[in-house]
Amino acid sequence: MNKNRSMFLISGLAFGFAFLYIPILSLIIFSFNESKLVTVWAGFSTKWYGELLRNEQILDAAWLSIRIAVINACFAVALGTLAGFALARLGRFRGRTLLTGMVTAPLVMPEVITGLSLLLLFVAMQDLIGWPAGRGVTTITIAHITFSMAYVAIIIQSRLSSVDESVEEAALDLGARPAKVFFLITLPIIAPALISGWLLSFTMSLDDLVIASFVSGPGSSTLPMVVFSKVRLGVSPEINALATIIVLLVAVGITIAGITLNRQEKRRQRDMQMAVAANE
Amino acid sequence: MSRKAYITLGDRITAATDLVSQSSWWGQIQTWVEVLLTRLGLRGQGLVVAIPYLWLLLFFLIPFAFVLKISLAEAVIARPPYTALIEWTEDAFIDIKLNIANYLFLLQDDLYWKAYLNSVKVALISTAVCLFIGYPMAYSMARANPAWRNVLLMLVILPFWTSFLLRVYAWIGILKNNGVINNILLAFGIIDEPIVMMQTNFAVYVGIVYSYLPFMILPLYANLERLDNTLLEAAADLGCRPIKAFFSITLPLSIPGIIAGSLLVFIPAVGEFVIPALLGGPDTLMIGRVLWDEFFANRDWPVASAVAIAILLLLIIPIMVFQRFQAKEAEAGTA
Repeated sequence: MNKNRSMFLISGLAFGFAFLYIPILSLIIFSFNESKLVTVWAGFSTKWYGELLRNEQILDAAWLSIRIAVINACFAVALGTLAGFALARLGRFRGRTLLTGMVTAPLVMPEVITGLSLLLLFVAMQDLIGWPAGRGVTTITIAHITFSMAYVAIIIQSRLSSVDESVEEAALDLGARPAKVFFLITLPIIAPALISGWLLSFTMSLDDLVIASFVSGPGSSTLPMVVFSKVRLGVSPEINALATIIVLLVAVGITIAGITLNRQEKRRQRDMQMAVAANE
Repeated sequence: MSRKAYITLGDRITAATDLVSQSSWWGQIQTWVEVLLTRLGLRGQGLVVAIPYLWLLLFFLIPFAFVLKISLAEAVIARPPYTALIEWTEDAFIDIKLNIANYLFLLQDDLYWKAYLNSVKVALISTAVCLFIGYPMAYSMARANPAWRNVLLMLVILPFWTSFLLRVYAWIGILKNNGVINNILLAFGIIDEPIVMMQTNFAVYVGIVYSYLPFMILPLYANLERLDNTLLEAAADLGCRPIKAFFSITLPLSIPGIIAGSLLVFIPAVGEFVIPALLGGPDTLMIGRVLWDEFFANRDWPVASAVAIAILLLLIIPIMVFQRFQAKEAEAGTA
């Protein structure tokens, strides 16, 4: 490759990654700052981590958010898998276009609109059938499941479309029932996609401010809502400490997941190749 | 795969299937699930489609009908704070009141127009900047050697997994008057007094480009990675210069990626709330923020709903174009 050209590309990459990572690095560095004036360095200290761990409001909100995120991720994976499977494997069923639309629109829909529309639905439902009674954890969870399952559906659909259908067909030809084929063949094949779908749903729920603000009720402030109300008043080293913890957890989680999935994928491909080779 | 291999593979699978389903808890669970579903009168494909379908219908599509409905109501001080559209009058007439005053209000008040147009402008410029930064990145990633490719891809995805809110917050510390940039510039004596960057439109652009950049890079990368290299080699063999090959082969072939990435940035950016709220000033008018304030500060649900409908009217075409692309990509198994 031409030397100038590769220099240009490398500097483009370097600039881009610097842009993506410098803010995160500065968050982490200033979480260890002694001074309360987040951006003026006054010596190394871990006292803000201590403050964070004593802040009941943040801890309560974090615990609430984690509970919502776990329930959300489980439901979103179940519903999203069904939707992704339907789109990838069931051909042209009635209403397919609408389902495709309802799966892709939440990916780009501005959050203020999703939040407002769900709130109006919940208010109307409460009027009509008395459920959900008031707003809180239940309504936040339902709202999160709705957008998370769309992401899961896309992930599962694309995974299934890239995997050879012949193994499933072979099993069906040999008389296995569809449900059996799904549980024993399809599910293990899409396992990596299920895991990434679960993790993505979990983090998106943990991260959502706008939609949760619309559909939450008194006494159900999630972590992003508490963080937002603090951050609006200005920078606070406790929030830097929180951010550092989250970034570390995510980095470790993603790296482990990435390595494990990569290894599994390689093993699966090798097994498939060996199975083919052994019979040729 | 040869036919023989196909069959043997099938045999192995069934053998394995039987082994697992006869002996393990996994088989037990399967049987229970099947029995349960049959009891409920739901079986097979119909069920697979019906469950997610009904969920999305109820919690994604139908809510828009309520937004439209409330946008035609009147605001009152009550719980919920709007009037009913349909009422039974005493002499058994159905009284339907449609109030278009909210829309007229939006049309007449400059504030809404300005916010609306400014949002489109901010979203368009941010999309262009994302493309400008993201394209070279995606291109270099796709051209990097395979071992590096996965690492780079992971580096692009990683920020996307960390809290969006906290990443926007990080910019406050960098941009404010006694923030990182100003401190560095002051320390080197490049400037004498801090440059005001926080609470300006500039900060909003930085925030949006920063937050949405991965959404631009990922579809572009997916597209550029599967670009057929033999085309470029053929062009080079025939004496085409790399720059020309880029503009006549790579760029045209990557248009689907450009469109998908641009829509992924543009559509949510129009309705963005968090970034203008945290980084923008009081004069940074964006329509998502207007909606938020109407709803939370003024408690005017009908006007907030009318604003939502106005945003949707603007975004409906980009959203439909995006869906077309997404559906095509998903069917090709590359989304």
